[in-house]
Order: sequence, then C-alpha cells, then structure tokens
Amino acid sequence: MTIGLGHYLAVGAILFTTGILGIFLNRKNIIVILMSIELILLAVNINLVAFSTFLGDIVGQVFALLVLTVAAAEAAIGLAVLVVYFRNRGSIAVEDVNLMKG
Amino acid sequence: MILPALFFYLFAGICVASAVMVIVSRNPVHSVLFLILAFVNASGLFMLMGAEFLAMILVVVYVGAVAVLFLFVIMMLDVDFVELREGFSQYLPFGLVIGGIFLAELLLVGGGWVINPGVAKSITSAIPTNVSNTEALGLVLYTKYIHYFQVAGMVLLVAMIGAIVLTLRHKVSVKRQEINVQNARTPELAMAVRKVTSGQGLQDADAAEWVQ
Repeated sequence: MTIGLGHYLAVGAILFTTGILGIFLNRKNIIVILMSIELILLAVNINLVAFSTFLGDIVGQVFALLVLTVAAAEAAIGLAVLVVYFRNRGSIAVEDVNLMKG
Repeated sequence: MILPALFFYLFAGICVASAVMVIVSRNPVHSVLFLILAFVNASGLFMLMGAEFLAMILVVVYVGAVAVLFLFVIMMLDVDFVELREGFSQYLPFGLVIGGIFLAELLLVGGGWVINPGVAKSITSAIPTNVSNTEALGLVLYTKYIHYFQVAGMVLLVAMIGAIVLTLRHKVSVKRQEINVQNARTPELAMAVRKVTSGQGLQDADAAEWVQ
C-alpha cells in the first residue's frame, strides 16, 4: 500500500494526457487550450517533484520552480495576445486566425 | 501507514477528475474553477511528497494569479462560448484515440523502466534532512542556481512588459493630463487684459484671444 514513484508518475502521465486531449477537443476555444497547457505544465511539475523526492535530489524542485515561472509568464502573454486579438476581430475562434496565411 | 496512501488517492483522484472537467465543461468559468480545484489538489500531492514550498507557491501563483487572470479575461470578453464548442463531438473520437495511444505509451515507458542503481552517486545536491524544505531550496537556489533564478526573474519582467505593451491603448476620446503643456503655460499665454468699453462688452471678434 506504500505510495512510490510510479504512482506519482502515473498521475503525471494521466494529467499530461488530459491536457493533450483538451487541446484536441476544444480546438475552437483558445481559452480552454491555454488551460490545457497549464495542465500539461502541472503534470511536468508533478514529475519533477516526484523524481526530486524519491531520488533525494533538491534540484528537481528548483527546476519545478522555473517551470512555474515560465507557466505564469506564458499565461500572462497568451491572455494579453487573446485580449488584443479580440479587440481587433471581435471573436476568439482559433480557426479564423489565418490573417497572415502562414 | 494507510493514511498517506489514502490521502494520495484522494488528492490524485480529485486532481484527475477536475482536470477532466476542465476540458469537457461547457462553461469556461466552470473550467477555470475546476482548474483551481486541480491545482489545489496537486499542491496537496506536492505536500505529500514533502515539497512544502512548491505546494504553497503553486497555490499562490496559480490560484492567486493565473486563475484570476483567466477569470478576468473570460468575464471581460463578450464571447459566444456555445459557438466555440461546435465540433466537440466531432473531435472526440480522434482525440480519444490520440490520447489513449499517448497514455499507453507513457505508461509503458514508465512501467518498463527501472532506475539505475548507480543514480545515488550522481545526485547534484542531496536534500538536507536537518533543515526545512524552504530553507533547503533557498540554500541551492541562491547559490548554485542563482543565474537560473535571475533568468526566471528576467522572464517574468519580459512577460510583464510584453503584456502591458500589448494591452495598453490610448483612446482618442479620453482627455488626458499633459503635464509638460501645463508647466509650459505662462501668464502671458494664459491671460489677456482687455479694456471693456461700457455698454458694449467684449466683441465676438476678440473671442479667439479669450481662450488660449
């Protein structure tokens, strides 16, 4: 009944898959896509902290902290871009984002 | 010994369930609230693993900042979310297949993988047992990883400036204070002394000079 590294890695894997699935399912709603990316980064953090704890190495937690920083910055920039896009187009549908014909 | 296992399954179960609710929920506001629930439970998992500082930071940063940011944006934008949900069932089988393959691969990799017994020798900085988690983290973060820490600060600064630059706009219709114009005003510019003849008042011809 002891909880080992594998249990935490399984939670991380399931959360990661949920995030990927969220990107596929909500292809039109960019807000939910951003939230799915947050879920993916959370899964990465769980993995890092799990390895840090079970291997007895604190560096994993340092890197989890850095991932947290990047996640916060990404959310802020993503939402700012979203707000600007909404002001210009009046919609946030991802499929309409073809202005640059890239 | 059963209590930690019980709490692990509680936190992990609620975390995964609310993560699923984030992606299938109809209302994005509910999605954000479920995201908060997922993060709080993940912070419980961190606590179980002994990473107390990261658990608290997760609550502060995600629940306190990121989730509120999401809520603000969702409530500020006047978006028809029903329209955005079209195609959900269309993508569901495809997404489930991809997700299933991905999860199976991850679990196979995780299941068929063993830790090298020699890994204990290659540990960079072991977790000290005599100090708290926060102190242990600070002991390496501010010494060995100070450059990473400063780069993280720069990333946050760039994100802050970028978000401000992107969203700041000057409306033409709004009157703004222009301090240099105010300071440049002199009595000669602002005032004009007129001799008003009795019974006539000021004529309209002088109107341009009244107001500077």
